[in-house]
Amino acid sequence: MKQFINFIKKEFIHIFRDRRTLFILIGMPMVQILIFGFALTNEVKNSRFGYIDLSHDELSQRLVAEMDASNYFEAAAEFADRDEMEGAFRKGRISFGLVIPDDFSGSFHSTGGTKVQLIADASDPNIANTLVNYATAVIQDMAAGASQGLQIPYVIRPETRMLYNPQLQGAYNFVPGVMAMVLLLVCTMMTALTIVREKENGTMEVLLVSPVKPIKIITAKAVPYLLLSFFNITSILLLSVFVLNVPIRGSLVLLFSESVLFTLVSLSLGLLISSATASQTAAMFISLVGMFLPTVMLSGFMFPIENMPLPLQIISNLVPAKWFYIIVRSVMIKGTGLAIVWKETLILLAMLLFFMGMAIKKFKLRLA
Amino acid sequence: MQAIRIIDIEKSYPLKKGKTEALKGLRFDVEEGELFGLIGPDGAGKSTLFRILTTLILADKGEASVNGLDVVKDFMKIRRQVGYMPGKFSLYTDLTVEENLNFFATIFNTTVKENYHLIRNIYEQIEPFKHFRAGKLSGGMKQKLALSCALIHRPKTLFLDEPTTGVDALSRKEFWELLRSLRAEGITIMVSTPYMDEASLCDRVALIQSGKVMQIDTPEGLRNTYGKRLFAVKGPDMLHTLQRFRKMPAVEQAYPFGEVLHVVLRKDAPPFRMPEDVEASEIAPDIEDCFISLMHEHE
Repeated sequence: MKQFINFIKKEFIHIFRDRRTLFILIGMPMVQILIFGFALTNEVKNSRFGYIDLSHDELSQRLVAEMDASNYFEAAAEFADRDEMEGAFRKGRISFGLVIPDDFSGSFHSTGGTKVQLIADASDPNIANTLVNYATAVIQDMAAGASQGLQIPYVIRPETRMLYNPQLQGAYNFVPGVMAMVLLLVCTMMTALTIVREKENGTMEVLLVSPVKPIKIITAKAVPYLLLSFFNITSILLLSVFVLNVPIRGSLVLLFSESVLFTLVSLSLGLLISSATASQTAAMFISLVGMFLPTVMLSGFMFPIENMPLPLQIISNLVPAKWFYIIVRSVMIKGTGLAIVWKETLILLAMLLFFMGMAIKKFKLRLA
Repeated sequence: MQAIRIIDIEKSYPLKKGKTEALKGLRFDVEEGELFGLIGPDGAGKSTLFRILTTLILADKGEASVNGLDVVKDFMKIRRQVGYMPGKFSLYTDLTVEENLNFFATIFNTTVKENYHLIRNIYEQIEPFKHFRAGKLSGGMKQKLALSCALIHRPKTLFLDEPTTGVDALSRKEFWELLRSLRAEGITIMVSTPYMDEASLCDRVALIQSGKVMQIDTPEGLRNTYGKRLFAVKGPDMLHTLQRFRKMPAVEQAYPFGEVLHVVLRKDAPPFRMPEDVEASEIAPDIEDCFISLMHEHE
């Protein structure tokens, strides 16, 4: 036992003496979560919009005011006609337009309902789509507000509620994704380097000619990174809750345990890579190309898996991050419990056992 | 009992085309408590033999045992009983001297205190630097630390692969003094070196060339079986003198040796008269002379 503890101590010394790497290990998760949360967000704030108000009454003015009051829009100009508005679009002064017809208020009170026209600059289709969704939400809110207490609501439209993320906040999606990415990067890549580093430095030669068992060497190398990941999970969650305002709806204990499980999967994967390769370069290459890219591409974090061709969908099942991503999204954002995510949890557990077993099996008791 | 038995060991490494034979059927024993030297140039197969004996690689053919344990079947037991210092510096450069020593003590389930007397002589010299990182030590210091780490669990048999390569003359001398004091502790030591002058400090040496043992004997025995007349020659123009001697029919070999030339006469040489314009004196052979002579015979 003393042997094992000393081994862990030695691994910690390696990590702490390498200040630059340590700084990256601790700083990277925070920077990533902030970059994804703020800078790379695909939500649109304070878009400048112009409007043509042909109705000119209390109701139409209220609509413009409500749009302006929302976080997504900012009234930039009122136009007399469409030509004028189109000019503003062309010059890029506005990215969204609202045309209120002259019978707006009249139709509003009739049973047939009323219409407004939404015009979006679709040169970026994603933004245009988002803006239309925002505007629709604002308009419906207003109609619903006006209909309160009435038996027949003013406007009947299909309700398009945004599940889980009513404001379509980007951070909700990024947090689970970044968590998966960071844990994988820290655990897989760093551990992939540890054993192979000893091989390159020749210290493995001395370690092997000693009574230490391979399983001890392997686990001692995993422990420090497990603790480091604990720290990273905590910092990511704290930043998510207090800076990005992403709520944790499910059980915190469950979320933590699942994260630890995923950490262990990543660690064992790293150890497997480390056991099986002969140089740090090869280990780095395999963990980057073989692990990091599939995680980003195939976990469902950047690109929806449902839209992928079938072969890729099948391959995505082999990516541990996919399952972790599903779990975190469910637990953190939807607030579900183990009853819902047990299947994904089991898959991760199976992966853990498989990778760990392989890592120990692949650990070479001799050189070459 | 023999501490080390080597029976017809062969080992080759695959190359892109064919393979290179590192060891071509070695056979010899090392007695318990012996300070045994493997002498040979780079590429002779010394490190390969060390790795086979320390159970790090498997031989293609042949058998070997260490302390009566088979290197293939009982490799875990052997690993508990031997100390090994690889040819390349193999400690943790980011750990301090003290941390390295403590770490290697604990992985062998012992403490520095327990066997401190074994390493005291050598460790005292590096102790002033015990808070230095191992990577910052000089070459000689590194080797002393590596030896301390290999000794800290009091191994029955110690394998030292070129421990004095890249070490200054004074440290080399100290190193060998220490090895001789360890022999008094009853530790069997197998040490390799490319320096012929160190051979005379061993109890017995094996001269190895291209994966084969050329001769095994005590340093004294090696010199006694030389059996040829050897002269140290000094001439006015060394290069010219060398060429002159090489052309003489009675001369088997002539080669530069430090500041002089060594001239070896054939065993069946006709009566030989040393030219009068050179200073010459008949000398007893050195281990290096033995080695050069053996290499010549094996070619």
